[in-house]
Amino acid sequence: MATAPPAVLPPPSKTYSARLRGGDEVAWAITLFFASVVLAITALLVYELWIWGLPAEKKFGFGFLTSRMWNPVEEQFGALPFIYGTVLTSVIALFISVPLGVGAAIYLSELAVPKLSNSLTFLVELLAAVPSVIFGLLAIFTLVPLMRDYVEPGLKAAFGFIPLFSGPTYGVGYLTAGVILAIMTFPFIISVSREALLSVPREQREAALALGATKWESTYQVVVPFAKLGIMGSIFLGLARALGETMAVTMVIGNDPSIHASLFAPGYTIAAVIANEFTEATGNVYPAALVELGLVLFLITIVINGLARLLIIVTSGKGTAKA
Amino acid sequence: MTASPAIAPLSGRNRRRHAVNNVMLTLTAVCAFVTVATLFLILAYLVYNGGKSLNFAFFTKLPLAPGETGGGMANAIVGSAEIIALATIIGIPIGFLAGIYLSEWGGKTLPFLVRYTCDLLNGVPSIVIGIFAWTIIVKPMRNFSALAGGVALSIMLIPIAARSTEQFLQEVPRSLREGSLALGASKWRTIANVIVPAARKGILTGMILGVARIAGETAPLLFTSMNNQFWSTGLSEPTASLPVMIFTHAVAPYEDWHRQAWAAGLVLLALVLAANIAARMILSRGASVPRG
Repeated sequence: MATAPPAVLPPPSKTYSARLRGGDEVAWAITLFFASVVLAITALLVYELWIWGLPAEKKFGFGFLTSRMWNPVEEQFGALPFIYGTVLTSVIALFISVPLGVGAAIYLSELAVPKLSNSLTFLVELLAAVPSVIFGLLAIFTLVPLMRDYVEPGLKAAFGFIPLFSGPTYGVGYLTAGVILAIMTFPFIISVSREALLSVPREQREAALALGATKWESTYQVVVPFAKLGIMGSIFLGLARALGETMAVTMVIGNDPSIHASLFAPGYTIAAVIANEFTEATGNVYPAALVELGLVLFLITIVINGLARLLIIVTSGKGTAKA
Repeated sequence: MTASPAIAPLSGRNRRRHAVNNVMLTLTAVCAFVTVATLFLILAYLVYNGGKSLNFAFFTKLPLAPGETGGGMANAIVGSAEIIALATIIGIPIGFLAGIYLSEWGGKTLPFLVRYTCDLLNGVPSIVIGIFAWTIIVKPMRNFSALAGGVALSIMLIPIAARSTEQFLQEVPRSLREGSLALGASKWRTIANVIVPAARKGILTGMILGVARIAGETAPLLFTSMNNQFWSTGLSEPTASLPVMIFTHAVAPYEDWHRQAWAAGLVLLALVLAANIAARMILSRGASVPRG
């Protein structure tokens, strides 16, 4: 390394071999190597997905993304039902988890005493550590019967005139998958939003209160707009997680590769179809189509993740109160 | 509408503002408690069902064919341990050394690139990691294997380990580095003898959280280590693991398999949560740890 730290006088005329004996160059090279391994793995990942998806790319081209056909027997494959299912379940999840999560984050950062806030946050972060297959297990045996017997008939009775809430209720389907995804995205939305809210300077709140605003007005009109980008970041982070989530969704989505307007209908997501069909995919085109779906999922999630990180970086750079 | 009694004469508009204030603030509290209550419901229901199903045979016996009652998941417990150990042996050193590079050897472009790639890799859906491991290990070896499962999980572990190592090394005070360098120690001696030991608690915490996270992963194992009803005899054999067992048993239509799935779920959750709590206790200050 050329630049010595300022505290040390530059050693007089150390030759390259002398520095090598000191070990710094070796340590630098070793750690650099392992850092590059990360780059290599990622590059290889993209390359392998591309290569193994080639047979499907050649056969279907961009039509793959817009075709509704999924027929392994006749080797006709289209991604649309899976893209639809993935996006729909994630949107349902955000519909539920954004109001609840942001509300909880406001409570934890603005109202709760620090001790309560910290212990509740700790519990919420433990919720993030629960493996997704366990959410799936619970969903199969509790959420599915609950949705089938109470929630879905209830929604149908109230809003049955809207196509979204019509049709037979199976218990498995888009809505149930969306609900379990909502529970799984809470922790991300709550803990990242809370950090963003906590980083709003105290003076902002005090100024609003001094002007006669109520606590809620100060929170809603001053604090939340100030932390807006960070909250958006947390939502994108939750969205990225929901889009890529596999196990819990696979267990309750219903495995039907077609498009339905009703939220009660069984559907399919990209991750779920890969999980269910990959081991039994035979021939040349079938596995390629599944890898191609994986590539589509990969691209969607990196775009969403990139946006999330950008938003979080922008806000955490702006905040001053962050410890 | 109820006006808050503490403030005496309120105009209609102010009364409404205070009512809105009270209602909205109560709603945020409801949100917080609903979300936390979810965790307790999950834990309670799992403990109830898992506790009913868990017995000694679960830890010592092999799974039985569908229809037969009894049996256990001894092979899945050992298989999980095998796969996680493999992932740890591969993933932790790579992540740790990459983290040292990120934190200690400045420069602009390359560390930024590596850091960004780590976050990107961390956000890749686990099922896609599974496909990747399948293309590089299972396909060339023409066999599902514990090795492929271990590699898949290690790819998930590397970015977590690298980023948490970097983060905790960065928190070591500058004065410690300068002190060591001023005494004439070379840079790598400073790193090995001063900086890393000073950050060891944090690094250990990050590693435990990382391993706990991959321990519950199912999707990357589905078509790498796959599953096995029997003991696997080597790293190149299909190997049972607890998460995959939970999946296959939960979606199967047999009553006794469901019982086994609950028991396995309880064991897995207990291990993961214990690791999480232990990790946070090691890093005793502050309850909140940034996730990788």
